[in-house]
Amino acid sequence: MTVRSAVYDQVKTIAEEQKKSLPPLTDELRLLESGLDSLCIAVLIANLDDELKISPFDADDVEIPVTLGDLVRIYEHAATTVA
Amino acid sequence: MPQQPSPDRRSLASLTLAAPQGRSISDDRNNVALNDLRGGSCFAGVSLDHFRGRSILLATAAQLPTVLAAIELDGVARRILLCTPDLAPHLSDVVAGAEVDVVVSDQPDPHLASLGRLLINVYSSVVSKGLPEIVRDVETEWVLFTSGTTGRPKMVAHSLTSLSGPLDDGVAVASGAVWSTFYDIRRYGGLQILLRALIGGGSMVLSNPLETVSDFLARLAAVGITHISGTPSHWRRALMSPLAGAITPAYVRLSGEVADQAILDRLHSRYPAASIAHAFASTEAGVGFDVRDGLAGFPASFLPHPNNNPAIEMRIEENTLRIRSSRTAKGYLGGELPASGGFIDTADIVMQHGDRYYFMGRKEGVINVGGQKVYPEEVEAVINRHPDVQIARVWPRKNPITGAVVAADLVLRLQPADSFEVIRADLLKTCRQTMAPYKVPATWRQVDKIEMTVSGKVQRA
Repeated sequence: MTVRSAVYDQVKTIAEEQKKSLPPLTDELRLLESGLDSLCIAVLIANLDDELKISPFDADDVEIPVTLGDLVRIYEHAATTVA
Repeated sequence: MPQQPSPDRRSLASLTLAAPQGRSISDDRNNVALNDLRGGSCFAGVSLDHFRGRSILLATAAQLPTVLAAIELDGVARRILLCTPDLAPHLSDVVAGAEVDVVVSDQPDPHLASLGRLLINVYSSVVSKGLPEIVRDVETEWVLFTSGTTGRPKMVAHSLTSLSGPLDDGVAVASGAVWSTFYDIRRYGGLQILLRALIGGGSMVLSNPLETVSDFLARLAAVGITHISGTPSHWRRALMSPLAGAITPAYVRLSGEVADQAILDRLHSRYPAASIAHAFASTEAGVGFDVRDGLAGFPASFLPHPNNNPAIEMRIEENTLRIRSSRTAKGYLGGELPASGGFIDTADIVMQHGDRYYFMGRKEGVINVGGQKVYPEEVEAVINRHPDVQIARVWPRKNPITGAVVAADLVLRLQPADSFEVIRADLLKTCRQTMAPYKVPATWRQVDKIEMTVSGKVQRA
């Protein structure tokens, strides 16, 4: 499974668990307009850290993701660095 | 000619040894008959005049020698400090801050020798006999150390009166009672039990942290323990032992941490004949009250006077419990207690639901999830109700969006009915039904054990 599909799947899982409805997922989708509140996004990141076994946000210089694509790139970048 | 003891001051020795027959203090290696303490000493060839009017650091490895020394020195020394082994790194500061004259130890210890004070050895048995009765008329200050999680431990000054003052906890203390505690008796919760045993006419069985829980329970079973105390963490661990059923106490007491409904129910089902009480006490505030109805929290009618006891007054300010009583400490050595109008701020958060107050946790332990407060204990109380959960620890997991999210570590019971995945799904469902979304743990981990602090509480980072 790619990092991208892991992120997309996790967004769907969180939305389902928290009973939020999602618009079609694209890289351009702004996270705060995705229907997920900040708590959902916080949980999303905790789950992705566990699933992908990387914690990109532990570094101080990582920017807060604005779009879903940003989130994917942050994890992809961290995965490459670890590998 | 020996002076007669002052009738005004009742020393621990006179209170303890009024009726010593058939009573004892024991640990895993020694058993001391109280009868032998009359005219006896656990100091070999050392006159108690070495201690008169002086400040004494009791720094023994085992608890028993400290108990014996405290009985001998109360009323003789100006100050005794009850020091637990974990304080070793702080002893230089303690010696200076408490103006220690004499250090008492039970084993050769170069570190204690290096403190530059008179070092006197004490034994776990009566080694000198036939001694004349001595005067014990000094109002000895008893110093306990707080189990602070960070920084230097604070020295809390009590008197024998504030430590053992009249208690209204409904416990019938028949002579012949055999008391014990999972606590180290050099901590406030343990010292309460020791003093109840000594002054109330009972015997005392001491714990040893190097002993397994099962060995300790076997020892308690062998002596027919009747009254026993510990923190909820101590009890959760004890209930995991196959020997938990070997003891049949008449009285079970919890203190030191929030007693949630799950642990109260489990103790009741394990010890159906026992009277089960949870107590609120702190080293600084002293004993506040006992709750005996088997329910978590305490009745709203406990404010302002718990159990209608006029000697204790409580109020709630900024959500924390404040206590004023005759059992409150005199102060810190070199500092004031955090009190206003005589009321000590316990820093324990309480919230009212219906006609009862519930403990939510410690003020400093709060988890901040995007500005919303979560008390670990309130989430743990929900998780601990699950039949397959032995003990839970809730902690803040760092998060870039909300600062932290709630995380939960679980120790499952032996042979749980379900897999961890099923249990986690169950717990998630329960949590979502009963609490706000930000309180629901985002992360769940199964762990082998949850560390306990030296004072018997869940270790929190």
